[in-house]
Amino acid sequence: MTHDVVIVGAGLAGLNAAIQLAGKVDVAIVTKVYPSRSHSGAAQGGVAAAVANLESDDTPELHMYDTIKGSDYLGDQDAIEIMVNEAPETVIEMERLGCVFSRDEEGRIAQRAFGGHSRKRSCYAADRTGHSLLHALFEQSMKHDANLTVYSEYFLLSLIYKEGVARGVVMMNILTGDIEVIRAKAVLFATGGYGRAFEITSNAFANTGDGIVAAYRQGIPLQDMECVQFHPTGLYGVGILVSEAARGEGGYLLNGKGERFMEKYAPSKMELAPRDIVSRSEQTEINEGRGINGENYVHIDLRHLGRETILERLPQIRQLGIDFLGIDCIEEPLPIQPTAHYSMGGIPVNHDCQVVVDQSGTPARGFFSAGECACVSVHGANRLGTNSLLEALVFGKRAGKAILKYVQSAEFEDVNENEEIANARKSLDDLLSSASTESANEIRTSLKETMMWKCGVFRDKEKLEQALETVLELSARYKNIRIADKGKVFNTELQEALELGNLLEFSEVIVRGALAREESRGAHFRTDFPKRDDEQWMKHTLAYKGPDGSLQFKYKPVIITRYQPEERKY
Amino acid sequence: MKARFLISRFDLQLDTTPRLQEYSVDVPKGSTVLECLNIIKWTQDGTLTFRMSCRSAICGSCAMRLNGHAKLACKTQLSDVLIDGAVTVEPLGNFKVIKDLVVDMEPFWASLKRVKPWLKPDESVEYERERLQSIEGYKKIEDASTCILCASCYSDCNVLSVDERFLGPATLAKAQRFVYDSRDCDAEERLEYLGGANGVWDCTHCAECSTRCPTDAKPLERITELKAASMAHRIHGNNGARHVLAFRESIPGKYPGTGGGMINENYIPLRSVGIFNISGLLDLIPVGLRMFMRGKQPPMMPHYIKKFPEIRKMFSRFKEYLK
Ligand SMILES: Cc1cc2nc3c(=O)[nH]c(=O)nc-3n(C[C@H](O)[C@H](O)[C@H](O)COP(=O)(O)OP(=O)(O)OC[C@H]3O[C@@H](n4cnc5c(N)ncnc54)[C@H](O)[C@@H]3O)c2cc1C
Ligand code: SF4
Ligand code: SF4
Ligand code: FES
Repeated sequence: MTHDVVIVGAGLAGLNAAIQLAGKVDVAIVTKVYPSRSHSGAAQGGVAAAVANLESDDTPELHMYDTIKGSDYLGDQDAIEIMVNEAPETVIEMERLGCVFSRDEEGRIAQRAFGGHSRKRSCYAADRTGHSLLHALFEQSMKHDANLTVYSEYFLLSLIYKEGVARGVVMMNILTGDIEVIRAKAVLFATGGYGRAFEITSNAFANTGDGIVAAYRQGIPLQDMECVQFHPTGLYGVGILVSEAARGEGGYLLNGKGERFMEKYAPSKMELAPRDIVSRSEQTEINEGRGINGENYVHIDLRHLGRETILERLPQIRQLGIDFLGIDCIEEPLPIQPTAHYSMGGIPVNHDCQVVVDQSGTPARGFFSAGECACVSVHGANRLGTNSLLEALVFGKRAGKAILKYVQSAEFEDVNENEEIANARKSLDDLLSSASTESANEIRTSLKETMMWKCGVFRDKEKLEQALETVLELSARYKNIRIADKGKVFNTELQEALELGNLLEFSEVIVRGALAREESRGAHFRTDFPKRDDEQWMKHTLAYKGPDGSLQFKYKPVIITRYQPEERKY
Repeated sequence: MKARFLISRFDLQLDTTPRLQEYSVDVPKGSTVLECLNIIKWTQDGTLTFRMSCRSAICGSCAMRLNGHAKLACKTQLSDVLIDGAVTVEPLGNFKVIKDLVVDMEPFWASLKRVKPWLKPDESVEYERERLQSIEGYKKIEDASTCILCASCYSDCNVLSVDERFLGPATLAKAQRFVYDSRDCDAEERLEYLGGANGVWDCTHCAECSTRCPTDAKPLERITELKAASMAHRIHGNNGARHVLAFRESIPGKYPGTGGGMINENYIPLRSVGIFNISGLLDLIPVGLRMFMRGKQPPMMPHYIKKFPEIRKMFSRFKEYLK
């Protein structure tokens, strides 16, 4: 099969790119879940844009400063400037396309406060903003049905990339188990986040980093992978997200003594301090024995907001509490703990979302990436809430436009389809026929625990070295996992095994990156190096997989345009 | 907690009919059904196959039938569906099964596309800002907009099980979202289509869809709103709308010999099919004849019930209200 452009991923980033291209070039989307099931739909709180409906003095400049400060100065300021400047028109465009937004008294898009933002600039649709945005784009994709081929329930196996040029992808039709190749002049990866490597996570089962690993295996570097955001309010034990909107609307965080403990850590912003700070504060309370009943959780209390506000603005959160813990937040506080939530790192790209392969920004021809799997770096070491739906929309669209331009003068490059298919078939067959007895479940469970507790909210050299050892040992065991399902049709056991392989591969990159970065910045916190070290570490990590499988690091400078680093206080 | 799972197993390549397989599992208290299925898959039988992704009731992947009715596995506490320590787990109804709990969703997506589910705004207005929509305007589409396309409603719809051409509850709920959107300019045309064959009037109001729906989308309510909108837009050129009109005309007696405070069963079918619809009327003849042969034909002249004047008053007040 050939298409001018193949987009892997049908979340906000992939779909927004696709609708720029549909009808203009031959474009296909490959997605392992139906588009409307993409994880963008789980986003609750909102999308940031200085549309200034609620606070008329809001501006993109303020949004820019908040984002840079939030990123702990690891964000590239030129990229951030693009994002915040394009934010208002991007959100308004979504409204024009039909997205259902909550409204203010004047009928404009409603806004509310969100952590780390100095103005109330989160545009929202109750507490299902991502769902609303995703469905609006999914609707648009149906409108373009005739000009957009969607391969739903196809699983990306590998990227075809040779001599610095992307030539297509190899994928598995989940329904039939067949391996197929799509040749393309341009490939866009929009495969989303990859939080599933952690025991407690807000991420969907699908978020396993398939895209980033496919790129990494072709020698493309991964940037800033050690920066993993832990969201302060995951439902205890399961990690399912209680949106920051709960704090945006005025929820309190309480420790076992019933104190609003944020007073100690961020007296001016309190509960609405950035996520990394709130998560560490929570974990500190827990570690020092001030969890609820001394246990591994604290409370978020919404009762004082009153029934009406909860029902009107946080209905889904209330329902989650009822469904998963049997607790109604109108009557009782919800038990919560930090949950792995967002991956700041990813495939390094330039402002047009073209993948760059080295410190000097050399582009990979025909290869693009956008959304959570990419790293433009607008979030640096810590993402502000509501900035990532924005990133996915803004950069998805930019990717679409840049690809449109790119393919005008690009050609289909040679691909040896038979060889690609045979290679993929062989590695699947190897997995399937392995006569061994290792349990994928044990490996996955052990990996997730290790990443959570040794490479989580608080890190140090000793824990990270243990984590590395475990990850390497698990990777070795992985080669001998047993798959009971030998069938071809809808073999989800095989798919989960492939995903586990990806989790293991990028976990090593996270751990090694965290071990190397001997400082604390944003979400990356080393108790043995608790200070930010601008002298040594004001730089981005680039991790490369060498031909022999070993991992090498290079570093590239952070781009600073308008705001010099200063201490981050809230 | 020990629980028994009777799970429907099927492999397109191996089986001709599904079979129930029993699993016995020790599950932690407070587990959702999805968590239990994963325990089975990960520790007992890797071949057990189902869809899932978000595990937080927002992606719509994990709908399946639990004890015969569609539910989201991730949103259902096991303890709520256990009967004598067991639960039956089957794939969604009204779909072709592919493997175990996985069904072929294509007809569902195809149905959705039939109603052109995207906003058709007035493109002639240049814009710099968002379109305004009042809070009341938003409220009219909010419920429908919560649909997660899980197909639970489709699974349990009684009409779909006898007529797969029916647009189905989710599709109709989606259609309501546009017909009632103050920003959409195409309500009339949409309603014309929805009023036609396999559309809103085919629904039998059994309410299964709304009962199974895990969100506020509640299709039957949306279908009722679409019917109301059809009538309000005077889209009368279809059997369903004519049927409604026939009731409205028959009871208060709009034409001589039609009403009397009761439904006139001779008038309603004729009016529903359309007085000028010759072939439709011919279709009625056999039914009419059969009823006649069995002595079941309704009386030719209307009976007048005692409280007829009151009923007339009600109808005229209703008319006022409609204005
Ligand atoms: C619970 C939760 C709440 C959030 N709330 C907010 C919020 O309020 N505001 C905010 O700004 N951000 C929020 N975020 C973050 C935000 O939702 C994500 O960063 C963003 O939606 C990512 O969009 P995306 O398009 O990059 O990827 P996704 O929407 O995750 O889409 C990824 C796509 O890639 C496809 N894919 C992946 N692997 C493969 C493969 N191997 N083969 C084929 N296809 C593949 C998937 O099928 C999917 O279509 C939240 C995140 C979570 C987890
Ligand atoms: S109420 Fe109508 S749409 Fe809903 S299940 Fe019954 S027949 Fe189907
Ligand atoms: S209407 Fe309800 S049951 Fe039907 S698909 Fe939507 S959410 Fe699911
Ligand atoms: S897994 Fe997404 S709705 Fe159940």
